[in-house]
Amino acid sequence: MMLRKLFSRGGKKEAKVMPDPRINDDQVKPEGGADAGLLTDAERSQGSEANTEEVTPQGLFARLKQGLTKTRTGFIDRIGQILAGRGIDEDLFDELEEILIQADVGVATTLELIGRIRQRVETERITDSNAIQGLLKAEIKDLLSRDHQPLALPDHTPAAIMVVGVNGVGKTTTIGKLAYRIKQNHAKVVLGAADTFRAAAVDQLRVWANRVGADLIAHQEGADPSAVAFDSVAAAKARSADVLIIDTAGRLHTKTNLMAELGKVYRVTTRELGRDLDEVLLVVDATTGQNALSQAKLFSESVPLTGIVLTKLDGTAKGGIILALANELRLPVKLIGVGEQMRDLQDFDPISFTEALFN
Amino acid sequence: MPFANLSSRLQETFRKLRARGKLTDKDVDTALREVRLALLEADVNYLVVKDFIAKVKERAVGHQVLASLSPGQQVIKIVNEELTSLMGGTQSKISLASKPPTIIMMVGLQGSGKTTTSGKLALHFKGKGHRPLLAAADIYRPAAVKQLIVVGEQVNVPVFSMGETNPVDIAKAAVAHAKTHGNDIVIIDTAGRLHIDTELMHELEEIKRSVNPHEILLIVDSMTGQEAVSVAVSFDQQLGIDGVILTKLDGDARGGAALSVKAVTGKPIKFAAMSEKMDGLEVFHPDRMASRILGMGDVLSLIEKAEATFDEQKAKELTEKMRRDAFTLEDFREQLAQIKKMGPLDQLLGMIPGMGKLGQMRDLAVDDSHLKRIEAIISSMTVEERRNPDIIGGSRKRRIAAGSGTRVQEVNRLLKQFNQTRQMMKQFSEMERRGRKGKGGFNLFR
Repeated sequence: MMLRKLFSRGGKKEAKVMPDPRINDDQVKPEGGADAGLLTDAERSQGSEANTEEVTPQGLFARLKQGLTKTRTGFIDRIGQILAGRGIDEDLFDELEEILIQADVGVATTLELIGRIRQRVETERITDSNAIQGLLKAEIKDLLSRDHQPLALPDHTPAAIMVVGVNGVGKTTTIGKLAYRIKQNHAKVVLGAADTFRAAAVDQLRVWANRVGADLIAHQEGADPSAVAFDSVAAAKARSADVLIIDTAGRLHTKTNLMAELGKVYRVTTRELGRDLDEVLLVVDATTGQNALSQAKLFSESVPLTGIVLTKLDGTAKGGIILALANELRLPVKLIGVGEQMRDLQDFDPISFTEALFN
Repeated sequence: MPFANLSSRLQETFRKLRARGKLTDKDVDTALREVRLALLEADVNYLVVKDFIAKVKERAVGHQVLASLSPGQQVIKIVNEELTSLMGGTQSKISLASKPPTIIMMVGLQGSGKTTTSGKLALHFKGKGHRPLLAAADIYRPAAVKQLIVVGEQVNVPVFSMGETNPVDIAKAAVAHAKTHGNDIVIIDTAGRLHIDTELMHELEEIKRSVNPHEILLIVDSMTGQEAVSVAVSFDQQLGIDGVILTKLDGDARGGAALSVKAVTGKPIKFAAMSEKMDGLEVFHPDRMASRILGMGDVLSLIEKAEATFDEQKAKELTEKMRRDAFTLEDFREQLAQIKKMGPLDQLLGMIPGMGKLGQMRDLAVDDSHLKRIEAIISSMTVEERRNPDIIGGSRKRRIAAGSGTRVQEVNRLLKQFNQTRQMMKQFSEMERRGRKGKGGFNLFR
């Protein structure tokens, strides 16, 4: 399968390679294989409808830029305004600090970033206030690139992904978009509805499964989520799915017993899988403030997080919390959600992300 | 030190400062710098913080320092008072229409908790003898209507739904339905939307125009960061909100959003929502929120709870024992019994300042079933063992484990925890003794 390739490409490059016909040729199993029989006709037609949606290179990049425009105008225009025609003084640093904090970067990380710029200004004897923007950009880029790792799935199947997070951050929607993206490459996807707690969560995931043409493994509401995970792994293996994605119920990271439950779902999944999950993604809402740090810390005590999905970047939220997450916890951001459409889930690319911020 | 709480940081800051007659510029500045950081870390909006600090400074400089307080305590006292008054002083209620039905519209960003909170609000009114009706006007998110229907079943309140038609029509029909079916309150659950989505914001205006709601409530996630301000301002400008419900307060977010929203809109925070259970809706307490934002924990609530359940005599004995370092497993069990009377442990721990934030403290964040096991273990010991746990060797451990239906490892863990606790108490009482010698120790809660 082409999964590794699919997930290891950066946003821009990926867009160019997407229409590559080889991907179709490499397809081991034809569309109408044995497993297709499990889908209803409606599901199948909806699935293929989704697949025909064209994703052009311009489309992807434009969407990313569009999604980031608000971040950019809020963030960089103000820096530009501040830096225009003046010397480097204390007020300047104070104002930079203010801007970073207003972007939810957080006090500690902001002070660190400003401190580093301050130091460079001193040691490199920089007097031009216009150079400050370049310095800040470089610092942010460095910080985000340091531990950057794209979403990479292994060659062995089924590749297994688990999605966790607090309530209301957009886990189910993210799974829908991710499944859509994987289906674009004609891979077979199984979704495990292990959010058995929230009212109608299973139905929400079912709608997505039908939309993108993925199989759904679900029990009743209130069922044991570990049991759902168990069956999902079994089904993914039996139907030789390429990718298994397990949805979990939103839970506050401070609820000890709910976190223990999550740990159990993870353990059951790895046991049935016979190996570790390939990705355990923490979904973080871009409007979240400093609490995201606490979320990431406590979730990683129950399950080994491999990365962050930052959602709702299409609002006015600056998403600066990812700088704090990268700085303090060294957790890489893997995917970003930049809109409500199915294709609005992008690879996080620190360079184009920073560039899009500054261009 | 992003997670250090304010009181301990101030303690550090003020170690060298001595109480003077009046607060000087310097005292106030030193204290307020820490307060400013605490507020920013609590996600209070930057501009709101700036404003607030300026106001407090004006009031604090030249202020008489009370004999019993250090300058730092004095500043915190002023900060706390200002914060409380800024957040609304008294609690607000939902105003009911003179001619029913009262129409309540729930609005907010995606994922802020509108649907769950709608259910909680319905239950709240039902408990007061009203006959609420829930209206499902979220036609966008998959299965949102279904979610409200399930929530309605949970609280046993009827849900009006029309599938995925125009939300304006749904709202109108729901009100008409309420009139003919004798429902005196209609709660309209709208779809989550971005405040900059003109089309969807326009839809809310349309709903407002067509049903004339008595209350438009903005639902705000307490974990929201700096964005809380622009969200609240946009919703307020376009719709004119009447109040705010703060959700997910059972997490460990400091909830600076509450202050931001109140400061920029001037609209009261009417309820605080916590827990995923349907009865998790509480009246908002500005004073408690103030100390939570400041990182002082919800000490007031804790004190109240403790006062209601703690046996004062026993507490006194216990303190005395701690001082003399004569704390035994028997006292430990006594203490556990007292704590258990106060309510679920995780909630209690959340109220203690700095608790749940410090790594080593989180080992204590056990759930209630764990408590029962501990009690069983202690009860399986002989009186002698409880008084002098050092005599417990391998054979005694096996007996205790068998007697309490636990394992030797658990007995070991308990003994280790007990020793740590004793160690901690020793340190505390030493600190206290040093503090008495007049080193300017700063203990806000004594």
